[in-house]
Amino acid sequence: MREKILTIIEKNSRIDLKELAVILGVEEIDIVNELAALESEGIICGYHTLIDWEKTSIEKVTALIEVRVTPQRGQGFDTIAERIYKYPEVTSVYLISGGFDLLVTLEGKSLKEISGFVSDKLSTLDAVLSTATHFILKKYKDHGTILAKKYEDTREKVTP
Amino acid sequence: MRNPLSDKAVALKPSGIRKFFDIVNEMDDVISLSVGEPDFDTPWHIRDEGIYSLEKGRTFYTSNAGLKELKEEICKYLKRKQGVEYDPNNEVFVTVGGSEGIDAAMRAMLNPGDEVLIPQPSFVSYEPCAILAGGVPVIINLKEENEFRLTAKELEDAITDKTKILVLPFPNNPTGAIMEKKDLEEIAKVIIKHDIFVMSDEIYSELTYKEKHVSITEIEGMKERTVLINGFSKAYAMTGWRLGYACGSKEIIAQMLKIHQFAIMCAPTTSQYAAVEALRNGDEDVANMREAYNQRRRYLLYAFKEMGIKCFEPFGAFYVFPSIKEFGLTSEEFATRFLQEEKVAAVPGTAFGDSGEGYLRISYAYSLDNLKVAMARMADFVERLRKEK
Repeated sequence: MREKILTIIEKNSRIDLKELAVILGVEEIDIVNELAALESEGIICGYHTLIDWEKTSIEKVTALIEVRVTPQRGQGFDTIAERIYKYPEVTSVYLISGGFDLLVTLEGKSLKEISGFVSDKLSTLDAVLSTATHFILKKYKDHGTILAKKYEDTREKVTP
Repeated sequence: MRNPLSDKAVALKPSGIRKFFDIVNEMDDVISLSVGEPDFDTPWHIRDEGIYSLEKGRTFYTSNAGLKELKEEICKYLKRKQGVEYDPNNEVFVTVGGSEGIDAAMRAMLNPGDEVLIPQPSFVSYEPCAILAGGVPVIINLKEENEFRLTAKELEDAITDKTKILVLPFPNNPTGAIMEKKDLEEIAKVIIKHDIFVMSDEIYSELTYKEKHVSITEIEGMKERTVLINGFSKAYAMTGWRLGYACGSKEIIAQMLKIHQFAIMCAPTTSQYAAVEALRNGDEDVANMREAYNQRRRYLLYAFKEMGIKCFEPFGAFYVFPSIKEFGLTSEEFATRFLQEEKVAAVPGTAFGDSGEGYLRISYAYSLDNLKVAMARMADFVERLRKEK
């Protein structure tokens, strides 16, 4: 049941609990208890809203930054990752295999703000060897949801 | 000018679905619950394989029976799912959807006057295909009190000296009924006793919500007297690819293949390559879709219960078949008013045979959001009808 609940609320965290119970064929109280457990175990870490900011008048710029760093003795990448993720403008930090070490997602109001952050804050950290900044131009799909196109039912309306 | 038409063709009743389709199509903003095909797109890796086959220039006929690798995959699949073994060389061939298999089976097995037992409510093609093949359809009216399963008694009562084939349409469209192993064992006894054959249409075999589907071919002594019809449409959301298959004894398949060879030549090549991928790597997609259908099925049953509408619990396909008998309207009247007053289209049960009278086929091949809106409208409608009385 755990996996099913997670699969469903990952797509729709606003689903009505009664409805969730109905479609999974269990009692509502079981859902409530399981969600509470998932939250307290830190498996459910938050409930977010997927927003296509492009469609608003609010300016937002997102960048992906590849960061190469020198790992520190005894701590590996954790300390430097922590230093980076503490900045509020950083929305995600991943340790990555391959040609670089950390993938940092950054959100800002303008290109200038982001490039300022990279040059002033990120690249000046001692452990950072180099950075490469990629600005996102268009989001086609985010969190498994296609943003570019709306679903259209193209089936015949009545079929045997 | 002479009459250009065949009496047999003219005498065929047009499908009741068609009539309803014409009304629905004239209206705007209709929420349809009338579709007999999955709402999911064909999984991308399967589509990709079709595209890839086109890129590689695989645009020619395949052999009449279908690609060798596809026939082998089908046999492996049936072994894996049902534990039944077919020889890919002469006990299986690839058809243009399950529908072609139904038609070819009737043509290959029926002599003029042979009777074909057709349990109803059921898919619209069996009766006309039996007639076109020179057979005489004999309808068995299934009952809600038996959860629309076929009982040994009903079968026994319908058999005559002329009975040749029993059509076994489970999991069933439109009722969602299934036949479990014990049900099949009971009817198998009758079939063997009277020495008749079975055409088992198992196109919804992947969509069951209780236990795994049981095929009649799994029952002792039944494989050799059964033509198994299945396909890719429902399990892999591949309706438009038009691809199915038929399995059976070497003798029957040889005759069906001859008909297929002259009427069809071979099933679409692109679809066959895509289907190989579906069988090799599609299990997870099927499981995910099955889970989604099951959630919607539970939701609809709950919604009917809330409305106080009687509906037996269906465990197969993607339909529920609620009873509307309490309203004193025929299925057609109910469906027509529901459409006109609430703009929701659900197919009258009578489109699937006279015994569908008093029922509605509601498809849950729609998103939950869609179903919720439709059920809210149904609740309003039902409340209004109850006040009218």
